[in-house]
Amino acid sequence: MTGQFLRKMGAISAAAMALAPVLATAQESAGHPVPGQFHLQPSVTPIMDSIVAFHDGILMWTITLIVVFVLALLVWIVIRYNAKRNPVPAAFTHNTLVEVVWTVLPIVILIIIAIPSFGVLSDQLTTPDGERKYLGSNIFSFGEVDVPAPELTIKATGQQWYWDYEYVDQGLTLTSIMLNEDDRNATKPNQPRLLAVDNELVVPVDTTVRLQVTADPLGVIHAFAVPSFGIKIDAVPGRLNETWFNSRETGMFYGQCSELCGKDHAFMPIAVRVVTKEEFAAYMAAFEGGDYTAATATLAAVQ
Amino acid sequence: MADTTAHLEAHATGHDAASHHEPTGWRRWVYSTNHKDIGIMYLVFAIVAGILGGLLSGVMRMELQEPGIQIFHGLASMVYGVEGGEAIDAGKHMYNVFTTAHALIMVFFVVMPATMGGFANYFAPLMIGAPDTAFPRINNIAFWLLPPAFILLLMSLFFEGTGPGALGFGGGWTVYPPLSTSGHPGPAMDFAILSLHVAGVSSILGAINLITTIFNMRAPGMTLHKMPLFAWSVLVTAFLLLLALPVLAGAITMLLTDRNFGTTFFNPAGGGDPVLFQHLFWFFGHPEVYIMILPGFGIISHIVSTFSRKPVFGYMAMAYAMVAIGFVGFVVWAHHMYTTGLSLDVQRYFVAATMVIAVPTGVKIFSWIATMWGGSITFKSPMLWAIGFIFLFTVGGVTGVVLANAGADRALHDTYYVVAHFHYVLSLGAVFSIFAAWYYWYPKMFGYMYNEFLAKLHFWVMFVGVNLIFFPQHFLGLAGMPRRYIDYPDAFGMWNRVSSVGYYITFVAMIIFFYATWEAARKKRPAGDNPWGDGATTLEWTLSSPPPFHQFTTLPKIDSTNAH
Repeated sequence: MTGQFLRKMGAISAAAMALAPVLATAQESAGHPVPGQFHLQPSVTPIMDSIVAFHDGILMWTITLIVVFVLALLVWIVIRYNAKRNPVPAAFTHNTLVEVVWTVLPIVILIIIAIPSFGVLSDQLTTPDGERKYLGSNIFSFGEVDVPAPELTIKATGQQWYWDYEYVDQGLTLTSIMLNEDDRNATKPNQPRLLAVDNELVVPVDTTVRLQVTADPLGVIHAFAVPSFGIKIDAVPGRLNETWFNSRETGMFYGQCSELCGKDHAFMPIAVRVVTKEEFAAYMAAFEGGDYTAATATLAAVQ
Repeated sequence: MADTTAHLEAHATGHDAASHHEPTGWRRWVYSTNHKDIGIMYLVFAIVAGILGGLLSGVMRMELQEPGIQIFHGLASMVYGVEGGEAIDAGKHMYNVFTTAHALIMVFFVVMPATMGGFANYFAPLMIGAPDTAFPRINNIAFWLLPPAFILLLMSLFFEGTGPGALGFGGGWTVYPPLSTSGHPGPAMDFAILSLHVAGVSSILGAINLITTIFNMRAPGMTLHKMPLFAWSVLVTAFLLLLALPVLAGAITMLLTDRNFGTTFFNPAGGGDPVLFQHLFWFFGHPEVYIMILPGFGIISHIVSTFSRKPVFGYMAMAYAMVAIGFVGFVVWAHHMYTTGLSLDVQRYFVAATMVIAVPTGVKIFSWIATMWGGSITFKSPMLWAIGFIFLFTVGGVTGVVLANAGADRALHDTYYVVAHFHYVLSLGAVFSIFAAWYYWYPKMFGYMYNEFLAKLHFWVMFVGVNLIFFPQHFLGLAGMPRRYIDYPDAFGMWNRVSSVGYYITFVAMIIFFYATWEAARKKRPAGDNPWGDGATTLEWTLSSPPPFHQFTTLPKIDSTNAH
């Protein structure tokens, strides 16, 4: 019974999502916003898949229908119950049936929203162990997507106003600072303004990355966010927060600091470069033998 | 609904009052213990503060109209006399100061003084048939604490914030540490804290006064369940103020001692935790958003009923929906903190609790619609504002349901989606209810009628303007644009431009508002006791316009068969 209901809801939500304006253009624009964009950034992780499915498949349709319904009622009232058309007002002040309906129906709608909501949330906050199945795009399932246990741990530290990254197990660090316009034009002219950085964080594709996030103990709160990965987590002095991601695509994925941190809050972007596992192995080997510059030299240059 | 005799009594009291000592000139206002005069002063104060708060957002929208930094480095260079790179840095800080000041002014010095200070003070006693509030002198001091609080906030803009050449506090209205402690070592933040303390004391005193008035001074026969819904909304709001503001006061006092006296409540180096502050702040901050909107709920109920010539639908459900919203509003605070690292179970609880609020809110929306259903509606300007409110509040409400889901909030937290959401419920919801109340009660407060055409023009221009500002911000948020950014990647340019154009249209609407107010004051068209006809059934319409200096010397009696 429950299974059937969930399958039906899943089918409905998938159909609703197919109608949503997103998707289609996905791959080209993954990793950064495009001009005039009016939807979520395309997903490259199971977590963002479920967020997109939840938002585009359920939430957006529900709220749009509610707003259209209220608007339709208001328009009808204006047309039908204006003083000209309806000179004598009715005097009723109660209607138990209607009142019960508009109390119970929203509760039912909220429960239907809550079922996938809790699933989506649980996925986000549960680090994979290799066994657990994740929802992915089918948010009314009990989990269909396999995600391997983490193989790499990265610690991101928010500074005023840039990010420090550490490959924790390897003990390697790098500092990532936004490129100013002169440097960007000189070195990475095809990367977006305010998003391009000098040193990207490099991670392997199809690999679960455990991400630890904190801020300088003497600094302020920042927040680490990469929209395409569906992650956002505060970098709090004195706390070590943890999340994870597993990108199925290579490429450059940008995010921006998402907690007000002072004058250069808008100028400490996050740039994650996802490379193939082979490229990453070469990169890591060079990094361990030399430094970040030597490591990135093993990769194709970022234009 | 009162007997018609109340009307005659009210006029009779005018004579009694005349023989009584009635202050004139500046004493009438500065020494005022009269709830109506104090209400007017609150409204004037809110308008003055609103001009400033609105202009601040105008400069921000001008800055955000195009990618890059266009305005603030020049502004910083003008104000601080710095040049080049220093001007850019000062400008970036100044932008944060503007967002912070805009929010603090709009919350503490515009919306709260207008609703709980102005309309609640003026009309709650009238609606319950009371001669004045319970503690008229507390009422006086509650108002007169506001200008010093406002002055302290304005002074904070001109003291050192983050360091030399960076004046004012730029850490947001949420004043999160460590940005508000070690991040702003200068005295600007201390001034802001003192300002909030004084404004908080003012609000607590006002709340005590209104609660006591409503509990003890209702006219004979007016039981709580016959009390007009605006009085209900004021009662619930006053309780929220009474319970929430001391928590804010405690939190910012801890900030103050962390800053100045070496405590480490929020400093991890001394065993404290910055996240503790966020819990305390939002324990205040979430009820605060209901404090801003609940009086609007009450106002809208009366306007919808008046112009539909039909009693409010589901009175008891309407009253207790507000009580429920107020109550649940206290147990949902951490939905502002889904990204701080709360555990899975805690996030689950706050998702569930937050979604519950949608139910009583839905009851209110549908009950307003049912009140209009079958009515004989005239679309006078207050009614336009009220219908506009219902629609815009619905839009803001449903995006709240989206954000309530921690799973979806992961993508939307601290983006422009949140900015759009809370401006739809506040800048479009609360502010529309304030303008609805302004046009509804203007003839009662001043005795004159405004120009209906201008009032409607004000509505339509503002309706278009604010939607143009805030609807595209949903798109920006979905696409990932973080809030509180002076500059943004070029891809966000288009919707930001649209949003800024919306501001200019809203600006024109505000010019129309001021012109309409001036025009009404100049033309002096007598409004009569009740310009709205037999739909207006609450006690204030039984009095003259404006009401006598002291009303209800003989208390009106509420007929046992009549309610609200």
